[in-house]
Amino acid sequence: MGREAAISLLIAAALLAAPLLGQAFDEPFVITLATKVAILGLAGTGLNLALGYGGLVSLGHAAFFGLGGYVAGILASHALNYEPLFTWPLTVEGTTQMLIIWPVAIVVSGVAALVIGALSLRTSGVFFIMITLAFAQMVYYFAISWPAYGGEDGLSIYIRNEFPGLNTLNPLHFFAVCYVLLLVAVALSFLLSRSRFGLALSGARQNAQRLATVGISPFRVRLTAFVLSGMVTGLAGALYADLNRFVSPSMLSWHTSGEIMVFVLLGGTRRLLGPAAGAALYIVLEHTLGDVSEHWMLLLGALLVALVLFARGGVIGILAGQPRHA
Amino acid sequence: MPEPILQTEALTKRFGAVVASDDVTLDLRPGEIHALIGPNGAGKSTVIKQIAGEVRPDGGSIRFAGRTIDRLDMVARARLGLARTFQVSSVAPEFSALQNVMLAVQSVDRRIYRFFRPALREAVLVEPAMAHLERLLLDDRAEVRAGDLSHGERRALEIAIALALKPRAFLLDEPMAGMGPENTAKLVEILDGLRAEAPILLVEHDMDAVFALADRISVIVYGRIIASGTPQEIRSNEEVQRAYLGDEGDDGAA
Ligand SMILES: Nc1ncnc2c1ncn2[C@@H]1O[C@H](COP(=O)(O)OP(=O)(O)OP(=O)(O)O)[C@@H](O)[C@H]1O
Ligand SMILES: [Mg+2]
Repeated sequence: MGREAAISLLIAAALLAAPLLGQAFDEPFVITLATKVAILGLAGTGLNLALGYGGLVSLGHAAFFGLGGYVAGILASHALNYEPLFTWPLTVEGTTQMLIIWPVAIVVSGVAALVIGALSLRTSGVFFIMITLAFAQMVYYFAISWPAYGGEDGLSIYIRNEFPGLNTLNPLHFFAVCYVLLLVAVALSFLLSRSRFGLALSGARQNAQRLATVGISPFRVRLTAFVLSGMVTGLAGALYADLNRFVSPSMLSWHTSGEIMVFVLLGGTRRLLGPAAGAALYIVLEHTLGDVSEHWMLLLGALLVALVLFARGGVIGILAGQPRHA
Repeated sequence: MPEPILQTEALTKRFGAVVASDDVTLDLRPGEIHALIGPNGAGKSTVIKQIAGEVRPDGGSIRFAGRTIDRLDMVARARLGLARTFQVSSVAPEFSALQNVMLAVQSVDRRIYRFFRPALREAVLVEPAMAHLERLLLDDRAEVRAGDLSHGERRALEIAIALALKPRAFLLDEPMAGMGPENTAKLVEILDGLRAEAPILLVEHDMDAVFALADRISVIVYGRIIASGTPQEIRSNEEVQRAYLGDEGDDGAA
């Protein structure tokens, strides 16, 4: 525990230091990369609740990530065009306020996770993986074929959404927003993992029959975790849309689901800063190996296989040793 | 005679050509230990599984605590007060013994959906859980991973978990299986005290334990209850001798 906590602090400190150095040495690109790590780390932190703590191998988290992104894009585009979202039964306007966009993104992705989870969690194993994937693909094709918000071309956000007291167009300010949200999500995951609910969720992963025998429904516990997981990933999606000032169906593609899962696996499931570490490693590899060879994905694949075969705890597992006590 | 808390009515279960339960009618009354014995594959576990809700009967009905529970699932039956242990231990292996019992304690106080406070710092969870472990002589093993406990300790842990459910009836499937004589003796003593809290439907192969504990014994062979009565009656029943006790040599001589 002590060792992992120290490594977690180190990772958090490094992620904070990178953009500051970027600023000092006038390398704004580093700030953007660090922001991307924080956001994708947040998406992975969401998935970690389901995949890590709950043992629910969802290959459909792009649905929540993308929905969060579209919430940000759609609300912003309506606000910028001065067109209400709808006028009946009451008039609802768009908004460029992150403090409104986030809760909406969280609720929308949470509701989606409730529906997808309620249907998928009746299955397990490979079937669960396939069904979550299928639902995400449904959302993906819906986004492609719905022309109102750009269809295949996606939707641009002309001005980054606003946060009171900050200039979100300043890269450092926007990084700070994302970084703080990542830390909040990590802190909440930490509390959850040790709480009564965390006990029940971990129990469901280890032995669902045991949980049912003591009178706790594994289904309900898993569904709750799945919804919370989708909410966090959805929030990350909203930030990602703001980072790129653009949303497109690619945020919803299975490729995105796979990437989010890779962050968690690379960093280590059930490791608090595992997803952030995984996202960082992924992005660093992408930008170093990506320049050297177009086949960097192949190397990444080999690395993943090695990690899964020889170090179930991901990078943090390698650094911190023994997996922590349940 | 007090009203039974648990009653099965003509339970029938087939697995292909095998009739695992054939018209099984039995009951469990307050304060008693009712042993269900029979040769391997006779259908004892299948009876337990149907009562617990793991296996759906093909026919028949189960009443528990004054109501029919046929339509309830495993979770709902556990919540009504049926505490079950498994023939092959089933615990959360990564959890400590203590955490395994805490899971049951938090289920009973019906507050599972708490997300912030650390469970291990909640005295209302830890203290009762420790008390149950103590009763099963596991208190000094509380922090050990359940997966690292010895076989006998894991069997005892399952009973501690069942105890934590404050049940209205226990369903114990071979709690002594694979235990040494010393641990078996300890467990006999513990189960003896347990019947005062809730009656026990006890499936067990250890005939010494059965005859030491049971108020009533039912004998099942090929899914059918062939005899039911006091230990004396069962011991002197010729059909039972032939079908079961006689075959088991030493055990039968208990
Ligand atoms: N899920 C199943 N599928 C097919 N057959 C089964 C299944 N479960 C039990 N059986 C069969 O039903 C019969 C009764 O099995 P059961 O496990 O209830 O016996 P038991 O009395 O508990 O035996 P033991 O003393 O070995 O534990 C056996 O013939 C067994 O092979
Ligand atoms: Mg059996």
